[in-house]
Amino acid sequence: MLGIVGTVPDKDFPLICGPVSVSDDKLCIGPYLVPVNRGTPALIAAAFKTSEILGTKPPFAFLAGDTGLGRGSRELYAHLEKKICDIKLHTLVFHYLQPDADWHNRVLFQIQAMSRKPLLIADAGFMYAAKMSGQAGAYDLFTPDLGELAFLADEDAPHPFYTRGFILHEENQAPELINRAYLHDNAAKYMLVKGHKDYVVKAGTILEIIDSPQTEALEAIGGTGDTLTGIVSALIASGRDIAASAKTAARINRLAGALACPTPASCVTEIISKIPQAFSSLKISR
Amino acid sequence: MSFFSLFKKKISPAPAKQGRGFLVFENTSEVIRAEKLLKQQGWQIRVMGPPPEIRTGCDLVIEIPLMESLHILKQLEDSQNKPLQMVPVSSPLLEPVSIFQIKDFGPWLMVRAANMKLTIEKQTGTIVNISGGGCPDVPYLAWQMVGKKMSDAPVPSDIGHTLCGYALQLAYEEMNRQCSAL
Repeated sequence: MLGIVGTVPDKDFPLICGPVSVSDDKLCIGPYLVPVNRGTPALIAAAFKTSEILGTKPPFAFLAGDTGLGRGSRELYAHLEKKICDIKLHTLVFHYLQPDADWHNRVLFQIQAMSRKPLLIADAGFMYAAKMSGQAGAYDLFTPDLGELAFLADEDAPHPFYTRGFILHEENQAPELINRAYLHDNAAKYMLVKGHKDYVVKAGTILEIIDSPQTEALEAIGGTGDTLTGIVSALIASGRDIAASAKTAARINRLAGALACPTPASCVTEIISKIPQAFSSLKISR
Repeated sequence: MSFFSLFKKKISPAPAKQGRGFLVFENTSEVIRAEKLLKQQGWQIRVMGPPPEIRTGCDLVIEIPLMESLHILKQLEDSQNKPLQMVPVSSPLLEPVSIFQIKDFGPWLMVRAANMKLTIEKQTGTIVNISGGGCPDVPYLAWQMVGKKMSDAPVPSDIGHTLCGYALQLAYEEMNRQCSAL
């Protein structure tokens, strides 16, 4: 089963854990409905669609409301520290959480003590905390965008906001940034770098570059990186190899993006709705 | 037709290198409030990254002239925004991002600062998308700002709480500069 940890942008949303479903651009968990527009709800929606296509169990989400003050994130961290060992998960994804190195370590150490440790994927704020705490190597997959890759490549940066100016966030710098991130042990075992070109990387070696179809507008649309992380997570949770999942997910996300014919003003839900069509077009079997 | 351009943001003169200290706050929101207050009062301060020994996660500190620390602390205390501590600077502080990328999509314009991207429709000035970032206020900021005109939308520094929110503020300020040149 796929576990997903993240937050929703509502300070009154309680800590809740359970299986999720998606209907009419709304995420359903317990009695709650959450709009899917970007962030963790977009990741969950893409993972749910992928799980439906693959015929696997729907994702199990750990969610809390947080608008940036960190209260919901801390509730989640505390809950995971106590309870994560009780749930049998094949793959666990950490997403939009307030980066906190201490809480990150407390949760990671609990997971590492498990007899059957899930595969670990980190993106967004939790990936920042993983790098900052010096534990990047404990993760199976990171899914940074180019700005985040530059942050991973800067051994001194505690957050992408401080990435030093000489480390350029330019597309043609990606291979150099990937090398630098691995050189300083700030990368996971595998990385799926999201951007104009998507890079699938294993232990510093670029396995594949996926660069088509090209849809320029996707760069501006909030949530398109989240959908890619959702798709790759669901593929990995189905038992597929990490590198193969990353390659497939990059192709699916790009094709879903192209099929939506988006403009920079489009919403990510338009892309999520095209995921089934993208799977069919690429003839990806269960 | 699109283009990419890189340029340096103008950085205001830094405080004298000697005799600096930094103020540590409980969270980034308090830093943003204190920065606003101190800048309104004309203090030469800079928002910076803390040294490794006091980093916890999503951190910012305010660098101040050490000689003026008592005066500044009093003003912050009077405005109910007292820092947790004041520490003399003993090692270089990290500088926030100072490079922006601008992408012209024809009817739309996108500005990227660090890991945050802000896109508007040129003709109306309406914010059509916010993307990037990894802190939990990013989806909240997007929810509050997308669909509104730049002039009507809440300012990220007023409702954001994290470094991603602060990066969005820089993108927002750069977008205002770009709009005034359109």
